[in-house]
Amino acid sequence: MTISINMKKIYLDYAATTPVDPEVKKFIQPYFDEIFGNSQSLHSIGQESYRLVETARNFIANMLNCQPEEIIFTSGGTESNNTAIKGIYFAHRNLRIKHIITSTIEHHAVLEPVKFIVENFKDEGAYVTYVPVNSKGIVDVEKIFESISENTILISIMHANNEIGTIQPLKEIGEHLQKINKQREKENKPKIYFHTDAVQTFGHIKVDVEELKVDLLSASGHKFYAPKGVGFLYIRKGTKIEPLLHGGGHEFNMRSSTVNVSGIAGLYKAAQIAQDVMNEENERIKRLRDKLLDGIISKIPDVVVNGDLNNRLVNNINICIRGVESEAVLLALDSEGICVSSGSACSSGSLEPSHVLLAIGVDPVVARGSLRFTLGRFTTEEEVDKVIEVLPKVVDKIRKISPIA
Amino acid sequence: MAQYSEKVMEHFMNPRNVGEIADADGVGTVGNPVCGDLMTFYIKIAEDGKTIQDVKYKTFGCGAAIAVSSMVSEMAKGKTIDEVLKFTRDMVAQELGGLPPQKMHCSNLGVDALHKAIEDYISKKKIHPVLCKCPFCDGELPCAEIMECQKCEKRIVKCPHCGNLVEYKETCSICGKKM
Repeated sequence: MTISINMKKIYLDYAATTPVDPEVKKFIQPYFDEIFGNSQSLHSIGQESYRLVETARNFIANMLNCQPEEIIFTSGGTESNNTAIKGIYFAHRNLRIKHIITSTIEHHAVLEPVKFIVENFKDEGAYVTYVPVNSKGIVDVEKIFESISENTILISIMHANNEIGTIQPLKEIGEHLQKINKQREKENKPKIYFHTDAVQTFGHIKVDVEELKVDLLSASGHKFYAPKGVGFLYIRKGTKIEPLLHGGGHEFNMRSSTVNVSGIAGLYKAAQIAQDVMNEENERIKRLRDKLLDGIISKIPDVVVNGDLNNRLVNNINICIRGVESEAVLLALDSEGICVSSGSACSSGSLEPSHVLLAIGVDPVVARGSLRFTLGRFTTEEEVDKVIEVLPKVVDKIRKISPIA
Repeated sequence: MAQYSEKVMEHFMNPRNVGEIADADGVGTVGNPVCGDLMTFYIKIAEDGKTIQDVKYKTFGCGAAIAVSSMVSEMAKGKTIDEVLKFTRDMVAQELGGLPPQKMHCSNLGVDALHKAIEDYISKKKIHPVLCKCPFCDGELPCAEIMECQKCEKRIVKCPHCGNLVEYKETCSICGKKM
């Protein structure tokens, strides 16, 4: 496979975004100017687009183990999460009290819509419970079950965390909810819907909605080598939900907007490749990740590894380096051609330490030194070796400036 | 990540005057490592009592914080206390070719830390305003716990009880308490 990204740079930020796979890039080309039709148009050019979109929908549905009409294409993870959370809320507005349960380590694309609902609709009975996680970054399932009330309408728990890569016990939650919902059905009470943000997992590990027992699932193309600006939301048949976008009635009336045919073409091809290479790639990436982590720990003193190492995405390393601030390390690494992420939110203008690291109990000062390395399809062993060589030097240099030993 | 000027990156990559001064005349720390940056500045004052002879610092923070520390140390070295007290955050940012707006508040702390070190130096001096003169012959005294007068060669100490400068003996010649 040819490397499509700048060869001089070592890119270890695949959880932020991935380059478009060269095969995907090639596959998309005709959808810009040859098969460019509006998938709603009845003429042949439109119908060609329509066929591509439905082929893609079938393929994704197959991967997820659901029906094609349960998939709606969106612009990505944020839109899918917003549609799921606000859509479920708006469809249940008539209820006297509406309770949402989520975790403290969700992505902002879940936390913010939940916050929006609770802040704007508390007068009409909206409230939320944030369930904590343990020190390994795994959500407390018992606390979720305890939080469930008569009025709970939605539980949203991410599949894997974007910062520390920990995989959440969705199956356990889903099975328990199924039992509760059976009882509720008998009593003619509204169902509790189960949503998951699977942006970090779809295309990387097996995601089966029947196995996880979720009702809604968000995914994003650019996390698995498709272009940015395309994703999907799985909505189980029979779910009471309102759309965010009203208009021409596209996507089974759930998402009006002219269908992003070229984006969906990319999503389709990227999903195909992901399914083909998943097992093999995960083995290769895990070996490189383990080598990198071992190298870092053995060469740099005072490093804390964040999050469970077993229930974790195979490409993720999240560490805190004591005595340094991550942005300084990130800048120094960048000048050496190595691109990583500072696990903190400093980059977005806020200097607050990461909410995920604070949630797993990392000391706030230590959390300032967090770094995330996420490996991917184009990561090579030489690159890993280079990072193991460069990082200790960079850390040593910045530690010499630091007053915190 | 913030967009930094070339000057910021240059100072961040090659920070000047990093370190501590063991016998500093003044030390100043500002900041908060939980949500901002932390800086400690050390200064050494020249014999004239006015000129900043040496400046060093230790900084915990982002690239901007390190560049600011380096720039401030460079700006202050060789200047007089009066000149340095006129330094402002904006002057530092300007010298660095600008700083991103979100870094102005949390990272541009160098001037504050340096000013605090000068305040520390001034306040330390005020504790021993008479240290310079021997109470017996008016000769000069070096700054130390037990000071030997350079003229009459008497050994002088500051009594821990009454605070007067007296000859170094078992008991204070003024208050009579044991030293």
